[in-house]
Amino acid sequence: MGETDRPRSASGVPPGDWKAHAAPWGAAGGPAEPDPRRLLGRAARVRQHVDPAIASAFGCILVLLLLGSLYSSSFLSPEYLLQQLKVASFLGVIATGAMIVILLGQIDLSVPWVVAVGGMMATAATGWGPVGVALAIPVGVGCGVALGLVSGVGVAFLRIPSMIVTLAVNAVAQGLMVVHTGGFSPQDASSPAMRFIATGHSLFGIPNALLVWAAVGTGAVFLLTRTTFGRVVYAIGNRERAAYLSGARTRAVVMAAFAISGGLSAFGGVLLAGYASKAAQAMGDPYLLPAIAAVVLGGTSILGGRGNYLGTVAGVILITLLQSILSVMQIEEFGRHVIYGIVIIGMLLLYGRGRRHMD
Amino acid sequence: MSGDWPYHLREHRGTLLALAGFVVMFTIYVANHPVGLNANVATTAANKGVLLAIVAMAQTLVVLTAGIDLSVGMVLVLANCLASSIVVGTPLMTALGVVGVLLVGCLCGAINGLIVIYGRLQPIVTTIATGAVYYGAALALRRVPGGDVNASLADALTGQLPGGVPASLVLLLALVLIVWLPFRRSAIGRAAYALGSSEVAAYMSGVPIRRAKLVAYTLSGLLASVAGLFVTFITYSGEASAANGSTYTLYSIAAVVLGGVSLFGGSGSAVGAIFGALMFRTIGDLLFVFNLDPLWQPLFQGVVLAAAVCLGSVRLLQVRNRLDLYG
Repeated sequence: MGETDRPRSASGVPPGDWKAHAAPWGAAGGPAEPDPRRLLGRAARVRQHVDPAIASAFGCILVLLLLGSLYSSSFLSPEYLLQQLKVASFLGVIATGAMIVILLGQIDLSVPWVVAVGGMMATAATGWGPVGVALAIPVGVGCGVALGLVSGVGVAFLRIPSMIVTLAVNAVAQGLMVVHTGGFSPQDASSPAMRFIATGHSLFGIPNALLVWAAVGTGAVFLLTRTTFGRVVYAIGNRERAAYLSGARTRAVVMAAFAISGGLSAFGGVLLAGYASKAAQAMGDPYLLPAIAAVVLGGTSILGGRGNYLGTVAGVILITLLQSILSVMQIEEFGRHVIYGIVIIGMLLLYGRGRRHMD
Repeated sequence: MSGDWPYHLREHRGTLLALAGFVVMFTIYVANHPVGLNANVATTAANKGVLLAIVAMAQTLVVLTAGIDLSVGMVLVLANCLASSIVVGTPLMTALGVVGVLLVGCLCGAINGLIVIYGRLQPIVTTIATGAVYYGAALALRRVPGGDVNASLADALTGQLPGGVPASLVLLLALVLIVWLPFRRSAIGRAAYALGSSEVAAYMSGVPIRRAKLVAYTLSGLLASVAGLFVTFITYSGEASAANGSTYTLYSIAAVVLGGVSLFGGSGSAVGAIFGALMFRTIGDLLFVFNLDPLWQPLFQGVVLAAAVCLGSVRLLQVRNRLDLYG
C-alpha cells in the first residue's frame, strides 16, 4: 500500500510519518521545569531524537581533530578553529540552500554559476557609483533569487526533473556571465560592506562570516520547524501527491524553496567575493559537490523528506576540516581527492545505507 | 505484428524525435556553412559529435536503471590520462594498452555498481564520491598535461575511410552493434529496463536486478573509457582536467534528456541518446556558421538546452487527471 514507485530506501520513514522526524531542534526546547522526573523524561526524548547520522558526523569531527592534534598541536588552538569555522561559513550558507531543495526530494545543480552570478553581480554593482556600493549585496542575492525562481517554475509548473532544469539554469547563468564580463568589462573588486561581512571580526573576535552563517542557519531552522512552509517542504519530500491532496500549496512551496536556494547560493558568492576581495568566473565550481556531500553526510536523505539542520552544520564542518587537514598534512592534490572520495563513501556506508528489498 | 505499430511508435517516440531534431539542426548547419558539406567538415563535426555520443551512451545505460552516473566524465579523464601513457609503441604494446584502458574503465564502472548494489547508497552521491577518487587517480598519473599516443592508430580512428566516410562514425556504429544491441536484446538488458520502471516490482518478479545493475554500471564505465581513449586520439595527449570531466558529465545528462531517455529510468534507448548528443553538439556549432561573436556561444547553448527541456513538458497538456502531475 504505502510503497512508492521508486523505493524510498534511504529514508526508512513510512510515508505520513514525517511529523515525527520534522522536529530537529524542537525536541530539547520547551520551558525549563525543575521537576526531576520531567527532566529525565526530557533526556529520554532527546536521546530518542538524536539521529545516529548526526552523532556519527560529530564523532568524525572529533576524530579528525584528534588526528590533526597528533600531527600538530595548533589544530586545537582557538585561532585555528575559528579560522576553520570562518571558512566553513561560506560552504555553510550555500549548503543551507542545497539542503532545503534536497529535503523536497529535488537537487540544485545550478550552484556553481549561481554562486558566480552572486559574486560577480555584487561586484559589478559596486562599479555603479555610491548607490551601487550600497546596493551591492542585495543586487547579488536578488540575481540568485531570480535564477532560483526560474528553476522553481521549471520544477513546479513544467514538471521537469530538477536535475535537468537546474543544469539548464546553470548553463544559462554561465552564458550570461560570459557575455557580461566579455561585453561590459564590469568591475570585479568587492565593496567594503562585502569585505566587512566576509573577513571582519566583531565582538570577542568572532568572525563576521560565522555570525552571518549563524543568522542564516537560525533562519533556516525557524523556517523548517516553525512555519507551514517548513512542514510542507518535509511533506513534499515524503510524498508530493499526498501533500497536494491535503491542501498544501505545493507549487508555491517548491518555487519558494528553489528561490531560497538560489538566493543563498548567490549570497555565498557575495561572501566569497568579499573574502577574496574580487569575483571570478569559476569561483563557484568547487562548491557544488561539497555542498551536496555536506548535506548528505549530515543525515539528510537525498530522496527528500528527512533531515535536520544540525546534521548539515556537522557535515559542513566535517568537510571543511577534512579539506583543511589534508592540505595542512601536505598530502598532494591527487591524494586529497582520493581520500576525500573514500571518506565520503566510507561514512555513508556507516550510516547512510538504504533498506533491503525484503524489509 | 502489424497491429503493434502504434505501440512501437510510442516506444521509440523519443528516439525518433531526437533523430528528427538532429536532422533539422544538421541541415541548418550544413546549409549555412561557408564551405558546405565536404569530407573534412564532416570528419571534424563527426569526431566532436561521436565523442559526446559515446559518453551519452555510457550515461544512458545507468539512467535506464533509474540511476545516474556523475562520475562518467571523471572515468573519461582517467582513461585519457592512462591512455596517454600506455597506448604507445609497437602495435602489440598499443593493443595491450588499449585493453588495459578498457579494463580500468570496466573496473571503475564495476566499483560504482558494487557500491550502489551492496552498499545500498544512492547512485548520485556514490558517483559524486567515486568521481573524486577517479579524478585523483587521473591526477596521480598526469600532474601536468602531456604524454603521447600511437599516432597511426589515432589518425586511423579520427580520420576518414576511403570514400570520405569519417572513421569515428564507424566506431560509433561498432559500439552500438557490439555493446548496445546485445545488451538491449539480452535478458540482462530487459532486467535493466524492468528495474528502471519499478525496482520493487522487478524484485518481486524474480528479475536478476543485482546482475542487471552491475552489468549496466560496468558497461557504462567501459563506454566512458572508450570515450577517454577517443579524447586521447583527438588531442594526442592526456590532461587531468576537472573542468573537462564535469563538462562531459553535464553534457551527457543533457544529451540523454534530449535523446528522449527518461531520467526516472525504464524508458528510452542509447540510440536516442546518440542523436541527442549529435544534436547538442550541432547546436553548439550553429553560432560559428552564423558568424556571431563566440562570446554568445555559452548563453546560446544554455538557452537552447533550456528550451529543449521545456519542450518536454508539452506532455502536461495531455494530462487529464491533475493528480498524475504529482509522483
